[in-house]
Amino acid sequence: MADVRTDPIHQFGIQKLVDINIEGYDVSFTNSSLFMILTLVVIALVLLWGSSSRSVVPGRAQTVAELSYEFVANTLRTSAGEGGMRFMPLVFSLFMFVLTANIFGMVPYFFTVTSHIIVTAALALLVIFTVTIYGFYKNGTRFLRLFVPSGVPAPIVPLVTVIEIISFLSRPLSLAVRLFANMLAGHITLKVFAGFVVTLTGLGAFGFLGALLPLIMVVALTALEFLVAFLQAYVFTILTCMYLNDALHPGH
Amino acid sequence: MSWLISQANAQEPAIVPADGDHAPTEATGTTVAHEGGEHGGTFPPFDPSTFPSQLFWLAIVFIALYVLMAKKVIPQIAGILEARAAKIAGELVEAEKAKAETDAAIASYEASLAAARNKANAIAHETRSRVAREIDGRRHAAEAQLAGKLADTEKHIADVKRIALDHVSTIATETTEAVVEALIGKVGRDEAAAAVAAVSAGKH
Repeated sequence: MADVRTDPIHQFGIQKLVDINIEGYDVSFTNSSLFMILTLVVIALVLLWGSSSRSVVPGRAQTVAELSYEFVANTLRTSAGEGGMRFMPLVFSLFMFVLTANIFGMVPYFFTVTSHIIVTAALALLVIFTVTIYGFYKNGTRFLRLFVPSGVPAPIVPLVTVIEIISFLSRPLSLAVRLFANMLAGHITLKVFAGFVVTLTGLGAFGFLGALLPLIMVVALTALEFLVAFLQAYVFTILTCMYLNDALHPGH
Repeated sequence: MSWLISQANAQEPAIVPADGDHAPTEATGTTVAHEGGEHGGTFPPFDPSTFPSQLFWLAIVFIALYVLMAKKVIPQIAGILEARAAKIAGELVEAEKAKAETDAAIASYEASLAAARNKANAIAHETRSRVAREIDGRRHAAEAQLAGKLADTEKHIADVKRIALDHVSTIATETTEAVVEALIGKVGRDEAAAAVAAVSAGKH
């Protein structure tokens, strides 16, 4: 019944390409792995090619490389200050990886790496662990002031602290789920509307006309999804920058 | 019945890591994948059996990406941007210098222009006053000469007038003498002269 052509979930399926088993763990090379590596290769090619000519007046590839760099650098600098620039490699890698993986997902038949929560959760945990470890390393116990905002009347400090701790703990969750859910929902929506087109065109002339509406929706949604692909990469990046700012300058 | 088994199979990997026989069937047999999709046995993003593989490859890829960015790409791009900023700053300084030089050149040009103008004015003024002085001098000389001539001429006229007047009395005397001689006979010249003088004095 559920045709592969119209099944909105099928696109998220993980297929093994090469069976690999290490110490009882199944680490097979899958379509997801393939697209992670493709993402890496594309980023590397674009950025290395773009930054290799080192011309004063940049060409196209160099403009792309420079714009990406400056975009992330400005985001990081405005959110976390000059001290945040030490995290540039991390933030830049995150942005480029998420952005490229999201954009890749827009290509038909391509697998969307960021539509799996384990991937977004791993990236979110990487950010949170970096923030927490660096926060304690740099500020010691002063990092805990993050949970006790200054200027709060004493009676409500315990309440605010509890809220701040919950907010801190929910960060990785929101970071991971936001990206994952956006990618997943967007792709399901696209596939559902595309499925309508396929199903309706199979119903003869009347269905053909009826298929126009979902077709228009698919076109519009595709444009929207490109926006979402960029926007979610940006949101992930700017939130990372803001969390890093907490590690650099705890205490509101 | 088969869906029950597939569902049971799908639940299992969460607990049992050894799921080697489950996944290949999903990959190869379309019927199994079909059933899994239809019955929602496991929604792929929530299938824990794929987690180790995804984490493993994500770690490899992300570490490689991080190293590449940190060691190669970011220094390169930052270098390009710094070089450009330095070049722009250097050329701005150069332009500033060139502008200062231009300004100095313009200032010196204007200063020399002003000096030349002043000098020209001075020369003109001096020439004008010298010429004026010369003209004044000549005019004074000419006027003095003319005044001299005028005085001479006036003196000459006065002389001539005096002589003429003298002659008038002489003529009058002679005329008187002649008239008197014709009327009453010979008369002394002195008598005639005295009579003329008396008449002319009385006339006055």
